[in-house]
Amino acid sequence: MDFAFKDEHIAFSDSIRKFLMVEAAPEWLREIWETETGRSRELRGKLAEQGLTALSVPEEFGGIGAGDLEWVLIHQELGYYAIPDSLIDTAYLATYLLNRLPAADATLKKTWLPKIADGSARIAVGHPVNPMVADAQNADLILMWHDDEVHALTKDQVKLSFNPSIDMSRRLYKVNWTPSDATRICPARLGKQLWDGVLDRAALAGAAQLVGLTQRMLDLGIDYSATRKQFGKPIGSFQAVKHHLADVAVKAEFAKPVLYRAAYATEREQARRGVYVSHAKLAAGEAAWLGARKSMQVHGAMGYTWETDLQMFMKRAWALDAAWGDRAFHKKRIADFILADGARLGPGETF
Amino acid sequence: MRLEYTERQNKFRAEIREWLAANVPKQPLQSFDTEEGFRQHREWEHKLNGGRWSAVTWPEHLGGRGVDLIEWLIFEEEYWRAGAPLRVNQNGIFLLAPTLMEYGTEEQKKRFLPRMAAGDDIWAQGWSEPGAGSDMAAIRCKAIRDGDHYVINGQKTWSTRAVWADWLFGLFRSDPDSVRHHGLTFVLLPLDLPGITIRPIKQLNGLPGFAEIFFDNVRVPVENRMGEEGQGWNVAMATAGFERGLMLRSPGRFQQTAKALVDLYKAEEKNVDDCSLRDAVVKSWMDAEAYTLATYATAGRLRKGEHIGPEASTNKIFWSELDLSMHETAMRLLGPRAELMEGSPDGGNIGHWLEGFLFAQAGPIYAGSNEIQRNIIAERMLGLPR
Repeated sequence: MDFAFKDEHIAFSDSIRKFLMVEAAPEWLREIWETETGRSRELRGKLAEQGLTALSVPEEFGGIGAGDLEWVLIHQELGYYAIPDSLIDTAYLATYLLNRLPAADATLKKTWLPKIADGSARIAVGHPVNPMVADAQNADLILMWHDDEVHALTKDQVKLSFNPSIDMSRRLYKVNWTPSDATRICPARLGKQLWDGVLDRAALAGAAQLVGLTQRMLDLGIDYSATRKQFGKPIGSFQAVKHHLADVAVKAEFAKPVLYRAAYATEREQARRGVYVSHAKLAAGEAAWLGARKSMQVHGAMGYTWETDLQMFMKRAWALDAAWGDRAFHKKRIADFILADGARLGPGETF
Repeated sequence: MRLEYTERQNKFRAEIREWLAANVPKQPLQSFDTEEGFRQHREWEHKLNGGRWSAVTWPEHLGGRGVDLIEWLIFEEEYWRAGAPLRVNQNGIFLLAPTLMEYGTEEQKKRFLPRMAAGDDIWAQGWSEPGAGSDMAAIRCKAIRDGDHYVINGQKTWSTRAVWADWLFGLFRSDPDSVRHHGLTFVLLPLDLPGITIRPIKQLNGLPGFAEIFFDNVRVPVENRMGEEGQGWNVAMATAGFERGLMLRSPGRFQQTAKALVDLYKAEEKNVDDCSLRDAVVKSWMDAEAYTLATYATAGRLRKGEHIGPEASTNKIFWSELDLSMHETAMRLLGPRAELMEGSPDGGNIGHWLEGFLFAQAGPIYAGSNEIQRNIIAERMLGLPR
């Protein structure tokens, strides 16, 4: 029984953290998010140089072939630094789908996987649990669900309508399209299993980002409360302020092992994968919303401004909470599990 | 990362499960906060010790099995799963013993631990005083050196199980001119010494679960001191660390409650009009799981030689709030029957929920109030200014 990650996975995520600290500073992200596409080729290129776009791509297509456990550390960093959806959707979710297409579809893999790995392609993923598709306008390929089938579309095959989100990092589109034999790349028989795998991985990635966001909002609150003075001392010396932040630390502390178990169950395709992922998403969402609320309270009026960076992370936390399954969706998955006849619950049934 | 049990661990689980199935009393014991119940629970500790199950993490020569913390968690899971009696000697086995292992002399270990494991000595704690609750460094009860004895004068209070316990461990002021956490000494003493008066305090349920203890020139031999004179604060903090950190509330307890809550919800589902109750049950299961996972993660780190730091305070807040919310949910599920005392003729499936609900109220207060824990988290874990 050991929750420790491999040393090389920790070293890799440490190096990504250092990289993002410099290359994804809030002022730079704000500049990117204010452009029309909201994305930067330059930043994507740098992320690719770090190996982030190649993580899930098999070695034969120029990738690294990493698993969900390695990813979960990276997702937390991507959350902490508010890296937009396009990276995870392309490098984790679309790559997962493409990797598992039937062998007959070798052309698709050969065409797209090397481009994903080198950072030159963006792929959007449309699943019915989300009313919109993130980053569809920026995508070179859009993978869409239709009755459990997988369809691959280029932008000339779809009509997009942009729906602005309060989270400036998000680019959400309603996708209007018509399924056909020509667009279908995977039948429902296999597609059902693939889409289930995508959904759980997307929710897992969301949970990990929410844990990262919680930590970021907590850190911002700590920094602010240590420097801002009232009544002649730092506001962080007052118990009321301390307790706000301690509450966030408790939630974050107990969301992490839940997240890691979900990642472990996902990598190993365990039977309870979906339940554990839903648990992680709920725990992380709760931590992140508390983190947003409490950090804003600690920031006082500054927390309510556009200028203070906290808003970037709060908005992302608010948005990701309901992406890839809202709380009702994930609670129902857990309720179905624990209320089932003969469910194995209680002491000794955790692992 | 490896989230599976080993062959050896599974075997250990099977062994304890089998022993408990054969030995756990079929009729529940009376509360250990009654004289008869205390006697029954002491007898149970004898029996546990007979199977060498009373203190599994201790070395074999002291009555344990020398198992590690993961196996201890397995033991606890099986113990709660089997519905075995509460541990009347938990203050001794889970709180004092780890400190004795670290600070006690070999002589003290041999003298106290085997009798503790057997239930021959049941231990109570002596921390709080009327003027020293959350502010434990305000302790005034004196233990002044007089030759080869300490002479104790003063008062302790909120001493759990002290009404019928045999021994007390606690912190006393050995240097009358000292202030705060200086000049304190950790002393172990039998509760039947001349000069000791024990006054039971009735708890919410009407039973004397704790007591006030008055000391009037009580003479305790110097060899009953643990650690150096004046170093008691550090010794006590080690105990408090274990208490908050791991051993006081093992996850099996909360998982058993969460499971019982799921069963109660299923039994009551057709009568439930409050749709927020399903949510509350789901949350109970999730949080009991989270506590279990976090504890296994901590045990894994400890086993590798790492230490529990201030993050132990997050545990205390998490389990005490979880216990409260689970019992509140049960009370809401039972509705107008929730107030009925155990044994009420028309109570139906009220079980022990009311008793558990009352006890859960104490969780955020004892073992360092949750406000103190939040201060510790903020100052020592998050680095906020004092």
